[in-house]
Amino acid sequence: MSAGTSTSLTAARWGAGEIFAVVLLAGLALVPVISAAIGQPFYVTLFTRIVIYALAALGLNLILGYGAMVSFGHALYLGIGAYAVGILSFHGIDNGWAHLGAALGVGAVVAVVIGFVCLRTSGMAFIMITLAFAQMFYFFAVGLRQYGGDDGLTIAGRSDFGLFTLASNNALYYFAFVLLLLCLFVFRRLVNARFGMVLRGCRSNERRMAAMGFPTLRYKLTAYVISALVCVVAGVLLANLAKFASPSTMAWQTSGELIVMIVLGGMGTLIGPVAGAAALLLLEEVLAGWTQHWMIILGPLIVLIVLVAKKGLFGYVVEWDARRRARHGASS
Amino acid sequence: MTLGLFLTQVLNGLQLGILLFLLAAGLTLVFGIMNFVNLAHGSLYMMGAYFAAAAFGYTGSFLLAGAFAIPATMLLGIIVERVALTHLYQRDHLDQVLATFGLILFFNELVRIIWGPASVYMNAPAVLTGTVDLFGLRYPAYRFAIIGVGLAVALGLYLLIHRTRVGMLIRAGATHPEIVSALGVNVRGLNTLVFGLGAALAGLAGLMAGPIVSVQSGMGEPILILTLVVIVTGGIGSIRGAFYGALIVGLVDTIGRAFLPLLLREVMERSVAQAAGPAIASMLIYLVMAVVLAIRPQGLFPVKHG
Repeated sequence: MSAGTSTSLTAARWGAGEIFAVVLLAGLALVPVISAAIGQPFYVTLFTRIVIYALAALGLNLILGYGAMVSFGHALYLGIGAYAVGILSFHGIDNGWAHLGAALGVGAVVAVVIGFVCLRTSGMAFIMITLAFAQMFYFFAVGLRQYGGDDGLTIAGRSDFGLFTLASNNALYYFAFVLLLLCLFVFRRLVNARFGMVLRGCRSNERRMAAMGFPTLRYKLTAYVISALVCVVAGVLLANLAKFASPSTMAWQTSGELIVMIVLGGMGTLIGPVAGAAALLLLEEVLAGWTQHWMIILGPLIVLIVLVAKKGLFGYVVEWDARRRARHGASS
Repeated sequence: MTLGLFLTQVLNGLQLGILLFLLAAGLTLVFGIMNFVNLAHGSLYMMGAYFAAAAFGYTGSFLLAGAFAIPATMLLGIIVERVALTHLYQRDHLDQVLATFGLILFFNELVRIIWGPASVYMNAPAVLTGTVDLFGLRYPAYRFAIIGVGLAVALGLYLLIHRTRVGMLIRAGATHPEIVSALGVNVRGLNTLVFGLGAALAGLAGLMAGPIVSVQSGMGEPILILTLVVIVTGGIGSIRGAFYGALIVGLVDTIGRAFLPLLLREVMERSVAQAAGPAIASMLIYLVMAVVLAIRPQGLFPVKHG
């Protein structure tokens, strides 16, 4: 009896969703240790990519999942982060704080302007316009002949943060991982705060929120800018990982993949995009190992996911847990 | 800068605009009547170009290539609509965007498997390989043909939409789908018809573009994004908006790329203008779109309801 109550108590505090999140993050924390133990340093690079895309997907999910603003152009902000590192390094500045500062500064200005124009529309037009703006910067980057144009820009060394550098792969991995944890923590506070409530209110009925006196545009624009800046940071990390910044970073396929990650993991949840990023990139890795034409499998798979599996991985874990508990409650 | 050069660029812009109109008309019709966004429209254009190039390779005749490519693209569009997209009409835009994104990946890889990664070429019909002398201005006959075909299609679409029973149903279906359905019209069939029409226009665009661009995997996306700019600028769902939007985008893009670098050289240092000119010129149409949206969020020629 007492054992039964204690499990139900822990179960109340620790649903399958929380356990899923903790296991996923603990697994990510151990990646460098495990890959060193099995002598496969390649996995650190792969998982650095996963953590970086998880961060970007998390950022996009703030507006896509919680605000129902489907931005099909967030690769643009990855590109701004990457080019901030690339261009500053090209001029011999390898200070990481300068990289981050420049990236965030430029990113904020661009996001405010673009967000302001895009948020005048909603629904379909919003999707198309965000896509078009990302494409505009893509062509801008292609036009930057001084900085490599179409071919992109090789970066001599990774960012140097004074106290630490990102020179070793493990340092970069843990730096990205800590930023991911930080972002998860801040977002958890944010979406449950008044700000997040207003945002979610706009998702279900913006007109009513406006009628209640909330300046909805201001809230949505703030969310847009925050989500863009998270992607900018991910872009800085991405440039450090690849030691390369090129227009292809902001190709529209990248924006599409970010959305796929969110939907695959679970929209409007915190850990969902992280799980989705891991799932999609690992899947791509496996498929690419099978055949060079792996996109012929991935494409229809995306269609299938949209048609039948809309809740995402995390959504199914939570649903399974709820069903299990309902069964458990009925039987006892 | 001579007047002749300027006129040539205007004609080039017109020709790009007409090509964009062929795509934008299909996309905006599908959006208007089904409230569905089909990002794979660019893939249909690509498939049209490949079908045309393949048929041209076998027969050597441009007309036969067209006779094969347009129905084939239409059929492909209808199959795709029946198999995948018809399940998405009731879903939100995010689902539609994602599913059609998956289709783009599929088609791009498919043509890479079938036709290989290198570009495929096809020639313009022999009759149209020369140039036309227009008041002393020599301009390729084939590009004139594109403009002519596009204008004919625009006229045909106008007559179809405004002068026929089907067109009346399409207009009614765009604004009041439930009532049209309640009156006993087969809306499912109407949807397929409109989708097939859009696919056929995409196929026609692919055929016409075949001889002047390189037919390769991924050729649909840049033009798809231009098409999105066109219909956002013109007003989503409106054929008239698609027509004027396409001409505006085509002309601004072409003339901007040709003359903006020269113009910048007048006001800036040569080296700065050299570096910034092409970059700014390629951003021009997006700036036009942003200005239009800032002033009229619903586009320049929105659909009139009621």
